Amino acid sequence: MFTIFAILTVAGAVAAMSLRDLVHSVLALTLAFSGLAAVYLLLGAQFIGFAQILVYIGAVAILIVFAILLTRDKGATSQSIFGSFWIGSITVVLAIVAILARVILSSAVTRPIAPPQPEATMQQIGNALMLRFVLPLEIVGLLLTAALIGAVTIAMREEQETR
Amino acid sequence: MSETADQIFVIMQRWLVGHAPAGLQSTFSSLLSVIAILAAFASLFAVTTVLERKGLGRIQNRYGPNRVGPFGFLQPIADGIKSLTKEDVVPQAADKAVHFIAPVVLVLAAFSLYAVLPIGRNMVLANLDAGVLFFFAVGSVMELTIFMAGWSSHNKYSLLGAMRAIAQMISYEVPLILASVTVIMAAGSLSTVAIVEKQGGYTGILPHWFVFTPWGFAGFGLFMIAATAESNRSPFDLPEGESEIIAGYYIEYSGFKFALFFLGEYLGMFAISGLGITLFLGGWAAPFSFLTWIPSYLWFFAKLLAMIVVFIWIRGTLPRLRMDQLMSFAWKFMLPMALLNLVTAGVWRFSPQGALRWLVCGLLVVVPYLLLGRGMMQGWKLEKRIYRFAE
Repeated sequence: MFTIFAILTVAGAVAAMSLRDLVHSVLALTLAFSGLAAVYLLLGAQFIGFAQILVYIGAVAILIVFAILLTRDKGATSQSIFGSFWIGSITVVLAIVAILARVILSSAVTRPIAPPQPEATMQQIGNALMLRFVLPLEIVGLLLTAALIGAVTIAMREEQETR
Repeated sequence: MSETADQIFVIMQRWLVGHAPAGLQSTFSSLLSVIAILAAFASLFAVTTVLERKGLGRIQNRYGPNRVGPFGFLQPIADGIKSLTKEDVVPQAADKAVHFIAPVVLVLAAFSLYAVLPIGRNMVLANLDAGVLFFFAVGSVMELTIFMAGWSSHNKYSLLGAMRAIAQMISYEVPLILASVTVIMAAGSLSTVAIVEKQGGYTGILPHWFVFTPWGFAGFGLFMIAATAESNRSPFDLPEGESEIIAGYYIEYSGFKFALFFLGEYLGMFAISGLGITLFLGGWAAPFSFLTWIPSYLWFFAKLLAMIVVFIWIRGTLPRLRMDQLMSFAWKFMLPMALLNLVTAGVWRFSPQGALRWLVCGLLVVVPYLLLGRGMMQGWKLEKRIYRFAE
């Protein structure tokens, strides 16, 4: 099962990078998101799995789609998907992969003794958010509200200028 | 006796599963539930199309379908055969793959919504810990399929229709979820089964449904308005309009693909009504304590049919909104009401029982309703319309 969803996720991500049409890329990206959500569900993390679908497919993908449709009306681009700096990019990517591989191989995950799997039920997540981490939650809420008001203000000012 | 009648489908399923080989029993059991859900809700769709056309016909002072079968009740079969035999036209400019995938994913998502709805006692496909969250997550996938349909047709009207539909669905998803959060707060669980159980029990003959509390009443109202908008039904059927954007995001769909869209839309409406019943109307519970002998699944479907009738009634009665009215209604009325309702639910939860609680929470619902309503009405002139030529 894990292999299927892992392949699905990676295939979606690769397709998102390599497809010519931007909207196709977004749809491939949602495939990658849903594969990731399925992996979360396989691990028994229901909340994160469903929140992944709700936030990434329901909100982020739609946001990207709106952004694409509102900023450009041309469909597929004709130029090659490889930029002119591809050799440099590949070196950077390889360096990052090497660092990550080193860190993962030396981390606790690869050691034979697996830690006891934590059981995170909805109740526990709720309790943790509302009791222990209530202050960070409120701060995040405040921050997001401020961002929302800021976005609305910027949008309103533009409207006045164009009039 | 009534106990057996109530559990008959559960017993039948157990009996059938008992005949399956040991290794396949759990798969077989889920398969049976899936087939039952598919059959039940697909036939409900067929019944609803006739009911809707006949009901609308009666409201508009005409007969409605009355040619196929007794009183026209075999109309859906004729419609089904017609849409199967029609030519499936795919525009040349269309993005063929996405054009094909969109209706399929829509119907898949619409059917998977039913996985978490408790249709009767012990009758739920998946009792998920995060049932309500699952429902909204799958519901958000439906928005994406609408975009896929509108965009892949490469028709400006269908794209505009899809944009409208998505803007509307995103706007009304906020009050929809906020109205449901009040119930989640009161029940202390995201599991649909636990929410229904929390509403069990009776005081005298009256049940403990959440709709019979001030916040529950307001929440149910908000939920149903948002649900109407979410399922793109009149008076919120802006995504399609013959005079503006023709048929919206499914202009370029014909034949059976169009029927799939139709099916998906109705299934979404049933599912969201089912969620409303689960959250506010006690799920499969009987409305009076002396009626508990009637099987639970019958109550669920009776409530669902009642909701469908209300939907048809609203569609036949109310004029549709304009796009800016739709948006300002969502953000200036529904959203503040839903947020205040959340506070009301909190006050209700932590105040002692008694008449004072009813008074305080009732005021917390009614006063903002009146004030917001007045605020929205500012600048409106309501007077008797004078007809120049029709008098």
